[in-house]
Amino acid sequence: MSAGNERSGPEPTAVLEAVDISKHFRVRAGRFRRGTVHAAENISLALRPGTVTAVVGESGSGKSTLTRMLARTHKLTSGRLYFKGEEIDPRAAATKDYRSAVQLVLQDPFASLNPAHTVRYILSRPLQIHHKAGDDLQESVLGLLRRVALEPAEQFIDKYPHELSGGQRQRVSIARALAVEPEVLIADEPVSMLDVSIRLGVLNLLADLRDRDQLAIVYVTHDIASARYLADTIMVMYAGKVVEVGPADLIANAPQHPYTKLLLSAAPDPETATKTWLGDSGAPPSLVSPPSGCRFHPRCPFAMAVCSQQAPPSFDVAADHHVACWLHSPEQVEAQSGALG
Amino acid sequence: MSIAERQASPAATTPAPAETLLEIRGLSVDYGLGDQPVHAVDDVDLTIHRGEVIGLAGESGSGKSTLAYAVTRLLRDPGVITAGEVRFYQWPKGSFQQPADGPTGAPGTVRPRTIDLLSPDPRVIHAVRWSQIAVVFQSALHALNPVLRIGTLIDDVLKAHEASMSGRRRRARAIELLDLVGISQDRLSSYPHELSGGMRQRVMIALALALRPSLLIMDEPTTALDVVIQREILEELMELRQRLGFSVLFITHDLSLLIEIADTIAVMYAGRLVEKAPAKALFRAPRHPYTYGLTRSFPSLHGERQVMSGIEGSPPDLRDVPAGCPFHPRCGFALDRCRSEEPPLLTITDESGPREVQCWRHDGTGPVPLELGATPPRADPDVARPVSRDTAGRAGRPEIQRRDPS
Ligand SMILES: Nc1ncnc2c1ncn2[C@@H]1O[C@H](COP(=O)(O)OP(=O)(O)OP(=O)(O)O)[C@@H](O)[C@H]1O
Ligand SMILES: Nc1ncnc2c1ncn2[C@@H]1O[C@H](COP(=O)(O)OP(=O)(O)OP(=O)(O)O)[C@@H](O)[C@H]1O
Ligand SMILES: [Mg+2]
Ligand SMILES: [Mg+2]
Repeated sequence: MSAGNERSGPEPTAVLEAVDISKHFRVRAGRFRRGTVHAAENISLALRPGTVTAVVGESGSGKSTLTRMLARTHKLTSGRLYFKGEEIDPRAAATKDYRSAVQLVLQDPFASLNPAHTVRYILSRPLQIHHKAGDDLQESVLGLLRRVALEPAEQFIDKYPHELSGGQRQRVSIARALAVEPEVLIADEPVSMLDVSIRLGVLNLLADLRDRDQLAIVYVTHDIASARYLADTIMVMYAGKVVEVGPADLIANAPQHPYTKLLLSAAPDPETATKTWLGDSGAPPSLVSPPSGCRFHPRCPFAMAVCSQQAPPSFDVAADHHVACWLHSPEQVEAQSGALG
Repeated sequence: MSIAERQASPAATTPAPAETLLEIRGLSVDYGLGDQPVHAVDDVDLTIHRGEVIGLAGESGSGKSTLAYAVTRLLRDPGVITAGEVRFYQWPKGSFQQPADGPTGAPGTVRPRTIDLLSPDPRVIHAVRWSQIAVVFQSALHALNPVLRIGTLIDDVLKAHEASMSGRRRRARAIELLDLVGISQDRLSSYPHELSGGMRQRVMIALALALRPSLLIMDEPTTALDVVIQREILEELMELRQRLGFSVLFITHDLSLLIEIADTIAVMYAGRLVEKAPAKALFRAPRHPYTYGLTRSFPSLHGERQVMSGIEGSPPDLRDVPAGCPFHPRCGFALDRCRSEEPPLLTITDESGPREVQCWRHDGTGPVPLELGATPPRADPDVARPVSRDTAGRAGRPEIQRRDPS
């Protein structure tokens, strides 16, 4: 965010870094008019080996769009991507190297595996295409199955997707992504279709891949509790923009942006003694003609005059904790502490 | 005499306890006949009271939807009900009052009509479904007929069930129903695809409520929605329930949701009902090892971050359920007996009142493991007043303050 905007060079420790990337879609808006969906705007993030970055936000906030820009299946409308410190030519198609280094795992374990093929075929293909099979193809496939804890692997290798449970299918999709030895694994809502008991298994698998194999992982979800469980950093998106980013614990326990607070108070939370009620929290905004100023201001209980006029830049609330909200502008912070003192 | 009344011969059934709405006894459902049927529901007992919100939890494939389909006689081939009884008690409309206003009616003055939902006569269930028991199904996001406008969808339901209603009154009722779920009347002419997922879900609820049912069965109505929308729909539903006084059977695999909205939670495993207790007691002081595992499978929003293990192993093949307790291969507390003998559903009593659990560890013959013997919270009067916002005891819990509308 602001930190990214001011720096010109790439961050040395990041495998993949996005600086100020945006994606707009041209759509029909009504019978004759054409419009632009501002699906993701000015997003910056740096992915380091051995870390998990969670992206949370409501439906339509641009999370999947962001993952597709990072995987380069969507062309950037603007912004820059750095892969291991090298700037990527935004006009060129993704190279084979890039595609194998940055792997995307899709949301729906039921739709993302071809039902006509066995697990053996599904996992052999990427191994062969990217020449990662080694001497013994069968052994490589079994090794992948073991890595995602589908054991005994011999029992799973000849199964078809419909013979697997949701959690097992999701593990196969992850194994397929791992086949090409990626450095970045982007998982778009990998557990939202799964049961709580199976969900935890997949989350623990991702944690393992981070710790053991030092993968840089992007974990997209709307379940903020699981983001806190797994991630080092949480990035909160609202209507295509990053509204808050910081260490997972801080975001969950001391959220600063009013939207993050709304998201947290909506999360089912068995620990609280009483039920929290949202009341009417309003509807998500149109992305074709987004609200002026801060995109959250029509729903924000703290909105001030400036919020409807000017989009807030990102303000630092701590070293790695940034929030795009006028309440955290130096003037506001000073006025508030003045009022208190 | 109507069919329903003939079914309700008083000699055949025991009189309903004062507040019973639906009574399921020994219900079993198989998919497929022949030598290897899937035992999707196995000998389930469950009672739903008037005005109660009962949550049905359990992992994927445990038989939750099958139970709902069986009760409403919507099972599709090859599903067959192989045993059991399901009785619905039809109370006169308007006879229900919220407990806060004192006890319901005067005992003995208001009597329900007993309806046998498993009656072979299809007219019995047709008379009850939708008007008395309405269902919102799991795939609701795609369940609305895409070529009909919202207004037409509602109108069709009213026309089919309340033949005497005039066109003008049906339209007024449609507006009223949409208003009930917070959708403005200019949406009457919208097509389903023009609504967001959350709005479509609200339309489904409006349709289900169109005939003022006394029981609403909701099968995973919100899992496909994001948390904010999900929460809004639940709030609306709970508020409607307070106002209109229907009972809800809410099916989900997300136990954490149920703790907030349900009075009672029942947990299914491998087609059996393995535990039933007041919502908070079930979460804070689970008695069944499977429930215990479930409660330890949610990442928390508070406290230390710690690695959780969830429940080891996977659910059994329902064509070949293990002997004894079906959970024993995954259970950390299994005894020898658990491998050979299936436990009955035991009723035990603790601080939360009477509750049910299907586990040999609670039959009174041996010590109860510490993990399965936590002290539950007392039945607390707070539950009836969901709007209170206690901030004192919730360190670090964010608060959204609402702007005063004035
Ligand atoms: N190909 C496209 N053409 C036009 N609009 C699009 C396209 N893809 C996405 N959008 C729009 O961009 C916005 C962001 O979509 P995106 O799929 O990134 O959201 P999301 O955060 O992943 O939501 P969800 O949680 O529902 O998956 C949405 O308003 C969506 O309708
Ligand atoms: N038509 C069918 N033929 C054979 N088996 C079936 C059929 N429908 C369901 N089953 C099996 O019956 C069992 C119970 O299914 P059911 O749909 O009731 O589960 P559920 O608890 O609702 O699961 P979920 O949470 O995934 O919706 C499952 O093991 C399922 O595979
Ligand atoms: Mg998405
Ligand atoms: Mg189901």
